[in-house]
Amino acid sequence: MYNASDILETIRMIQDEHLDIRTITMGISLLDCADSCIGRSCDKIYDKITSRAEHLVREGEEIERKYGIPIINKRISVTPIAMLAGASGGDPVQYAHTLNRAAKAVGVNFIGGYSALVHKGFSPGDEALIHSIPEALSQTEFVCASVNVGSTKSGINLDACRLMGGIICDCARKTADRECIGAAKLVVFCNAPEDNPFMAGAFHGFGEPDCVINVGVSGPGVVRAALQGAGDCDITQVADIIKKTAFKITRMGQLVGAEASERLGVPFGIVDLSLAPTPAIGDSVAHILEEIGLEKCGIHGTTATLALLNDAVKKGGVMASSKVGGLSGAFIPVSEDAGMIDAATQGSLSIEKLEAMTAVCSVGLDMVIIPGDTHPDVVAGIIADEAAIGMVNSKTTAVRLIPAIGKKEGEQLHFGGLLGYGPVMKVGRGSPSKFIARGGQIPAPLQSLKN
Amino acid sequence: MKAVITVIGRDMVGILAKVSSKCAEHNANVIEVTQSVMQDVFAMVMLVDISGLSCDFSHFVEEQKQVGAELGLSIHTMHEDIFNSMHRI
Repeated sequence: MYNASDILETIRMIQDEHLDIRTITMGISLLDCADSCIGRSCDKIYDKITSRAEHLVREGEEIERKYGIPIINKRISVTPIAMLAGASGGDPVQYAHTLNRAAKAVGVNFIGGYSALVHKGFSPGDEALIHSIPEALSQTEFVCASVNVGSTKSGINLDACRLMGGIICDCARKTADRECIGAAKLVVFCNAPEDNPFMAGAFHGFGEPDCVINVGVSGPGVVRAALQGAGDCDITQVADIIKKTAFKITRMGQLVGAEASERLGVPFGIVDLSLAPTPAIGDSVAHILEEIGLEKCGIHGTTATLALLNDAVKKGGVMASSKVGGLSGAFIPVSEDAGMIDAATQGSLSIEKLEAMTAVCSVGLDMVIIPGDTHPDVVAGIIADEAAIGMVNSKTTAVRLIPAIGKKEGEQLHFGGLLGYGPVMKVGRGSPSKFIARGGQIPAPLQSLKN
Repeated sequence: MKAVITVIGRDMVGILAKVSSKCAEHNANVIEVTQSVMQDVFAMVMLVDISGLSCDFSHFVEEQKQVGAELGLSIHTMHEDIFNSMHRI
């Protein structure tokens, strides 16, 4: 028989502490859909996605009922569309509409993979796709886009940074009447993982099988509650508590992933260990840091506590799952985390501090709202800085900035749902235009020469 | 195949009877029950064999939840694997 307190602990985690599976993401390769005719290519894509993912939502809901654990999102990631656009030519926005229709048909929350990998340069398909991103994101509901502009192995494509600075601003402008939501569905990466189940940056990498199931967990509320229960212990014990809790959370991901894979007859890819927050009270990564002992997230001490959290989550999670991947660490999306929103609103959390935090956690400047009149070159400078952190530290970094068109520092944008809301944050005004306009490639660092 | 039914709420007469008769109705065999009452809060954990269940598992989950709603208690019915994977290495 089970220990009654173990059982009650599990139920408390789900009922009171927001433990859930954030996403089951089905990765689908579209390489066999490439065609020299864009119409035929789109037809094949629609057919493949709707047949592979036909039962994804239904089976996800079945698993929810069986284990009593909520699965918040069911999503799809596909081969970077730039590859297919390169083969077919034509207007890539057609692909975006096809993905959107397919997502709607199977009932998923998001579909990722309107993507291009340009860390070493552009092919014609990449360029066409990147230029079409603002149009594509403004005309579709479920499609998410990402662009990889740098890697430890290849350095940083500065031309791509410059281009993406402008594209991010265009995405916001084209959706200015909808809280600039377009920019919230676009991620610029350095060292993008090929098996990430989280949006907006998910795509199905070239090294992946034809179809695969990846799982992302959640659970910041559970970690915080565990720390709260422990009281005044020393910092080593704090790390231990996080480790043990992360183990339990990850086991849920492993269980659900294995079951989904079996039910759908698709191989199980990875569990992403990241603790994904939501704007709901009691589901915040910032509040974990505050529970460790910070008066407010963003003050001095934040980077150290986040480093500890990120490391302990990995150590606990890695034993709980046989297949770990994706981003795996701690997420710090400002508008999706009640504690981060609060800290940014009160002014204790700045973009500069967030930048430091991204050096020790799994992502980058995520869901950060900036003034609508920010110059595209400044956005490009932010992208280059983040990419440099990722490149030098051999880790993933990402930039998801939302220029709030027509709004100034202190005003707010409200996206709704998991994307949350947040204040417009202050951005440095100096111009990096001369640096950005130089273009070319920032050479790969010495770290790339490991062979 | 087994499931764990947990009942949490205010103590009253007939909780065990109601939950177990719902089990009997759907051919779920009760294997073990532990219960405790602490400061009027009733907590019961029941292990049931669901291999011979006469209805769909999700239907059974809903029915038990209904019983809870009628009694003003929270009743969760979950497949045992979730506890196995979380608490056992």
